[in-house]
Amino acid sequence: MLSRIAESLFWIGRYVERADDTARILDVHVQMLSEDPWADEATACRSLLAIMDHPAGPGDGEVNRDTVLRLLAHDRENPSSIAGSLLAARENARRAREIVSTDLWECLNTTRNTLPSHARRGPHEFFSWVRERAAVVAGLMESATPRDSTWHFMVLGQAIERADMTARLITTQARLGTGGPGWNTLLRSCGAYEAYLRTYRGRASDADAAGFLILDRLFPRSIVYALHAAERVLRELEPVEGRHAVSDDARRALGIMRSELEFARLGDLLTDLPDTMERVQVACTRASSAIKHRYFPAVATTAWVEEAL
Amino acid sequence: MTDLFDGYPLQQAFDEMLDRDGVLRSCYEQVHGRLTRLTADEVASRADALARSYLAQGVTFDFAGEERPFPLDVVPRVIEQDDWTDIALGVQQRVRALEAFLDDVYGPQQAVKDGVVPQRLIQSSSDFQRVAASIRPAGGVRCHVSGIDLIRDEAGGYRVLEDNVRVPSGVSYVVSNRRAMVRTFPELFSRLRVQPVVDYPQRLLAALVASAPDGVPDPTVVVLTPGVYNSAYFEHSLLARLLGVELVEGRDLYTKGGRVYMRTTEGSRRVDVIYRRVDDEWIDPVEFRGDSMLGVPGLVSAARLGNVTLANALGNGVADDKLVYTYVPDLIRYYLAEEPVLANVDTWRLEEPDARAEVLDRINELVVKPVDGSGGKGIVVGPQATRAEIDAVQSRIVEDPRGWIAQPVVQLSTGPTFVDGAFRPRHLDLRPFAVNDGSDVWVLPGGLTRVALPEGQLVVNSSQGGGSKDTWVLEAGAGTRQAVPGPGEGRPKTARPSEPPTGVPRATNPDDVAANQQQQQQQQQASTTPRVSTSEGTTTGGGSAC
Repeated sequence: MLSRIAESLFWIGRYVERADDTARILDVHVQMLSEDPWADEATACRSLLAIMDHPAGPGDGEVNRDTVLRLLAHDRENPSSIAGSLLAARENARRAREIVSTDLWECLNTTRNTLPSHARRGPHEFFSWVRERAAVVAGLMESATPRDSTWHFMVLGQAIERADMTARLITTQARLGTGGPGWNTLLRSCGAYEAYLRTYRGRASDADAAGFLILDRLFPRSIVYALHAAERVLRELEPVEGRHAVSDDARRALGIMRSELEFARLGDLLTDLPDTMERVQVACTRASSAIKHRYFPAVATTAWVEEAL
Repeated sequence: MTDLFDGYPLQQAFDEMLDRDGVLRSCYEQVHGRLTRLTADEVASRADALARSYLAQGVTFDFAGEERPFPLDVVPRVIEQDDWTDIALGVQQRVRALEAFLDDVYGPQQAVKDGVVPQRLIQSSSDFQRVAASIRPAGGVRCHVSGIDLIRDEAGGYRVLEDNVRVPSGVSYVVSNRRAMVRTFPELFSRLRVQPVVDYPQRLLAALVASAPDGVPDPTVVVLTPGVYNSAYFEHSLLARLLGVELVEGRDLYTKGGRVYMRTTEGSRRVDVIYRRVDDEWIDPVEFRGDSMLGVPGLVSAARLGNVTLANALGNGVADDKLVYTYVPDLIRYYLAEEPVLANVDTWRLEEPDARAEVLDRINELVVKPVDGSGGKGIVVGPQATRAEIDAVQSRIVEDPRGWIAQPVVQLSTGPTFVDGAFRPRHLDLRPFAVNDGSDVWVLPGGLTRVALPEGQLVVNSSQGGGSKDTWVLEAGAGTRQAVPGPGEGRPKTARPSEPPTGVPRATNPDDVAANQQQQQQQQQASTTPRVSTSEGTTTGGGSAC
């Protein structure tokens, strides 16, 4: 497969997952701000924007729900907002059009075409629609994509983005404390709330909730699950393994992070949760650039300075 | 532009939004202000969104065998904190008195000996279950969940219409109404401090766990439902989901050696607390109806042995009896030595000959109700009844005076409701829910407001064409939320960061940045040489036609 195509596939996976997760995060935050009479809107919104790597500048005026929605949901120029990442996913599919299945292409293209009309609806309806579109993409990947490298690169992008975004989601709560949306809301945003309640039969603490989102081995949106998934795909992409060490830097970054989480005591993880989550995001970024160097070596113009870490 | 409140008529009833002079009450200012800015089409489309989301979620009730979305009105019912304080106190008091009464009825019957209630009253109640006398409720709690129906009379005073301590339903609508309203009308919430209702499942679970038999360290709680065809099945499944416990039917449980087990894929599992939504007479074919397929044989004897807790307890129905209801203010004075916070609606006891004669004489202007009815069944509203209905109910009263009570027609308070493209007053009631965990009676700040959608209709039950409203209890002090909270205001927060944290940078595909530039270049070209750019997407792809 052409490196360029593989890179597009990788990014389709990431962008669609990004739109999905951003919609989930924003949905709970908008709802929390509406529902909780004690919410401190400006602080919560500033913190959310910062965590999503989109800090509010002095020119943004009073930071409130509308600012967050404008910057993180509707901004078409920024590939990290919902609209921007859906558009970017479609552009990437267009570049890999001969590889991407017609179903998937049409799905992404229709998503782009109907985006403006859905963006005009209320926030919650818009977010539901985004999640639905992401679910259609996931379904097409699951049911109609051969398990060759097409699938591998998309799933790889999806898994890395998911680990990264779940870490960001947890950071929002860890940073805001009681001023944040609360662990239950967070779980709900991941579609994890009911699974979690069943697992702990309703009697659970904040520590259990954080543990569930970080460590659960069975829930597909937990960080450990997503890291595992990414590692598995990387192994399948390069099945030949030497006798010692790991030659793949991406796997190294992800594997070190995953073991750190898996083998740590939950209590220790929770004491410096924001730092741990930051390390998860850094590991994902490292893995992402390692994948780029390994599989999609850029042509002469490597003047790209995305990860200045 | 005309506004949707134009021509909002003031009637005889107390109106929640406007006072007698047509002046807006302060608690409705924000809601009214926001809603007047919307057009009929906008409100209608939001109302549609609400209905669609209820259909999709399956928030339905069973109406004559058909599943219908539970109608949720777009205008919330707003209650001021001061009013709410009284309501909560009154509900707590009522629940404490009913607990004491049930404990007495199924125990020494001291209230009978002291002449507070007649022996006959209790013996003649169809919901008095002798078997309950043999069951000692764990922690002394019989009314784990109660729903006390309140109305507001013409003067705006809250009065109790009936007590529900058997299997009160409707709390699921409180939870899902709030969820739906927050999603559909986020801007209505933005400047108000509305007390959240999301705590209910945790409170209920804590109360259920607390009521487990002694010596069970990690009790297993289940919700027992009659099954998917029950009209409140949605509620049962919602509660089970929010509690994170199993939703069981009678056939999933069995008893052995005086203990209750459920059948699971991992073998049998002990059950310690059953939040049962099955009525007494169906719950155990051994003790009650032998033909019941909904119950669990041996359940009552397991409860008698103290091996399982039934919540709510068996035999609570005697407290719901509408003739017992007439004695509740006396019971409050008797058991608690307190004056009732919430008054009853005036009620005639038809067993008393004078009262019966008066009622039969004035039946055209009164409401008569069967004492054991629920869901608005059997109620005859005198002024709205036909001659035949009046005749029928008169002869039934003469036959069975114990079976009926009569009340004056109370003009329930009205609140603005979206009907036929405008806001119109419709009659409301309120069912607050209380959870008793044995040490404290907690009243959910909110409750189910039911609204009678047909004009002038006074029966608000959902089985009688009623809908509901989200009920907002405003936070004490500030009615509105400040954009920037002042010092010391609101809930204390731990570790609020003084400045926002810095985020980890996010990667994007570098090609996308380039693509943007290309797009702009293409657009410039397009403006000189017109081209249909939208079709481009489908033609650049591989050879296959889509």
